[in-house]
Amino acid sequence: MTEFFQLLFSGVALGAVYSLIALGFTVIYRASRVINFSQGAFILVSAYVISWLATDKGVPFFLAVALSIVFAVAVGVAFQLLVLRHLVGRSAFVAVMVTIGASIAMTAAVSAIFGPDQKLLGDPWGSSAVHAAGITFTWVKLWSIIVVAAVLYALYLFDRHSRYGLAMRATASDHIAALAAGVPVGRVHAIAWGMAATLGTIAGMFLAGFPNSPNLGLGDASFRAFPAIILGGLESPKGAVVGGVSIGVVEILTSGYSPGWAGTNFSAVAPYIVMIAVLLAKPYGLFGSVPAERI
Amino acid sequence: MAALARLPVRPGVLAAIVVALVLPFGADSAQLSTCVFIVIAAIGAVGLNVLTGYTGQISLGHAFFLAIGAYTAAVLGGDHGISALIWIPASGLTAAACGLLVGPTALRLRGLYLAIVTLGLLFIGQHLFFNLDGITGGPQGRAFPAVQLGSFDFSPGQQLTIGGAVIDHDGLYYYLALIILLASLLFVRNLVASRPGRAMQAVRERELAGAVLGVDVARTKLMAFGVSSFFAGVSGALFVSYLSFAQPSQWDLLLSIQYLAAITVGGIGTLYGPVLGSIVVFAIPDLAKSLPFISDDGTGLSPGNFSSILYGVLIIIFFVVEPRGVAGLGPRLSAWLRRPGAATTPMGRVAVQSIDQEEAGSR
Repeated sequence: MTEFFQLLFSGVALGAVYSLIALGFTVIYRASRVINFSQGAFILVSAYVISWLATDKGVPFFLAVALSIVFAVAVGVAFQLLVLRHLVGRSAFVAVMVTIGASIAMTAAVSAIFGPDQKLLGDPWGSSAVHAAGITFTWVKLWSIIVVAAVLYALYLFDRHSRYGLAMRATASDHIAALAAGVPVGRVHAIAWGMAATLGTIAGMFLAGFPNSPNLGLGDASFRAFPAIILGGLESPKGAVVGGVSIGVVEILTSGYSPGWAGTNFSAVAPYIVMIAVLLAKPYGLFGSVPAERI
Repeated sequence: MAALARLPVRPGVLAAIVVALVLPFGADSAQLSTCVFIVIAAIGAVGLNVLTGYTGQISLGHAFFLAIGAYTAAVLGGDHGISALIWIPASGLTAAACGLLVGPTALRLRGLYLAIVTLGLLFIGQHLFFNLDGITGGPQGRAFPAVQLGSFDFSPGQQLTIGGAVIDHDGLYYYLALIILLASLLFVRNLVASRPGRAMQAVRERELAGAVLGVDVARTKLMAFGVSSFFAGVSGALFVSYLSFAQPSQWDLLLSIQYLAAITVGGIGTLYGPVLGSIVVFAIPDLAKSLPFISDDGTGLSPGNFSSILYGVLIIIFFVVEPRGVAGLGPRLSAWLRRPGAATTPMGRVAVQSIDQEEAGSR
């Protein structure tokens, strides 16, 4: 039973990070109907920037994280303003391809600049942990759960009680009507990209923490967050969190209890199998809405 | 001119075919090898164009179908020693069968959801390829059979002499792939003009409107998946047969993206776009090796990183600046040469407009 709870804790912690990534997708999707396939590249770039500042340049860790957020937001907003702004009104396919293009280029740039070897993150937690009831709670995982909860609450407050939160909801429900009502849709899109970049940086920080480290495969986590947004439906922040935590728990539990015949690394594909099963039953996810169509 | 007008293809295309036919006699071994990869890849790109370009379904799982074709070739040609006349079409058919199996999931989904499910298919497929050691050789990979047609052996070191002209290993693969590529282009040209082809384009334009007009949407999408996977399977089989060795890690997302890049850079929903795009995308890594600031030893930018950055930037530039791709550059150039602002009806115009339109139902 102890093993189960240990796995459950790890699963929830991983799920919390997936929730952050999934929220990054949801924020952008709600504002501009774009699935951002470059979210993984933002995670990767952020983790390497934090590592470079904190270990090579001797910047205090949390200042390094803050600077990395500033950098990621600048890149995200610049991408929106320089590229995606010109593609408004084009199909979903165009945005998918353009963000994939950005993702490939950014990932290759990180590989070219920092080389293929893994780095040190330079975080204050390392492998330190508290032990209770036979379960090891590493501080990285505990903090990831706490920070994710705090970020969720902040997002909720922003969504419900701020001017731009309202503008964002208006854009999400009908961007042409929002434009007609005077909502600065362009600025809303830029803010959404800034928020997604921030979420990506925080996710990158926790993903690269113990027992992991900044490495070139870090961005792949964003692909494992896809099942999370599909489970939750693309437009629902609540769904992103429920989906994220479920996928994290499924992945860690299958890694612990994987049957031998399923092959090595079965846990990495288990989320996709769950996703396909859910989509067969509910094609728009658990919380997604079925769009009405006109001929 | 009258004789030219009666030809089944336009003069420009005919000239391109002639150039392609004599090309092995003017290229050195390394260049010819690049050309073989381009022609083999173009077969797969022509297939993906049927699904994504003409039917409007985004698939990130093309690499999965290439792999199915490759392993069918390995089992039939390699393990059982069956003739290439059988395993080349069988590779296509097995991949097509897998495409039809995936179809029912795909039918329920649209646009972005389909893209993500095909991504899942790719990862599940890769997991299988890594673990089915008996077929794929596991993570270390396995050898693949060379094409043998009767007494013609396509293995490295073999050559064929026809009337004084010597065609070596690379040349043999080149001509085989070229014949298959031309056949697939002819097939797609006829398909697009036929009833099922028009149904595909109706599904791309507006699924619901097509359904109301009597298009069987489910059947049409399944057919597009089947045709696309068939060409992917043939392309994958030829690819590994020419390479003679492959590992499961090759069938990754980047490969799928290269194919999507090829059809978009070339000109999506146009007949020759996938071929033009394949030339651009699949020649980049080999061309990159000859650039001065590129090196493999870790001191400079590696060829892999350089070409990835270049694909990424090319995709973005083409979508922002010229959505019709390379195929659209010709009409644009000729319009610009005639007079500024002249209205033209370039090929692919209709396709681009519709793929670019926001789906009304998605808001």
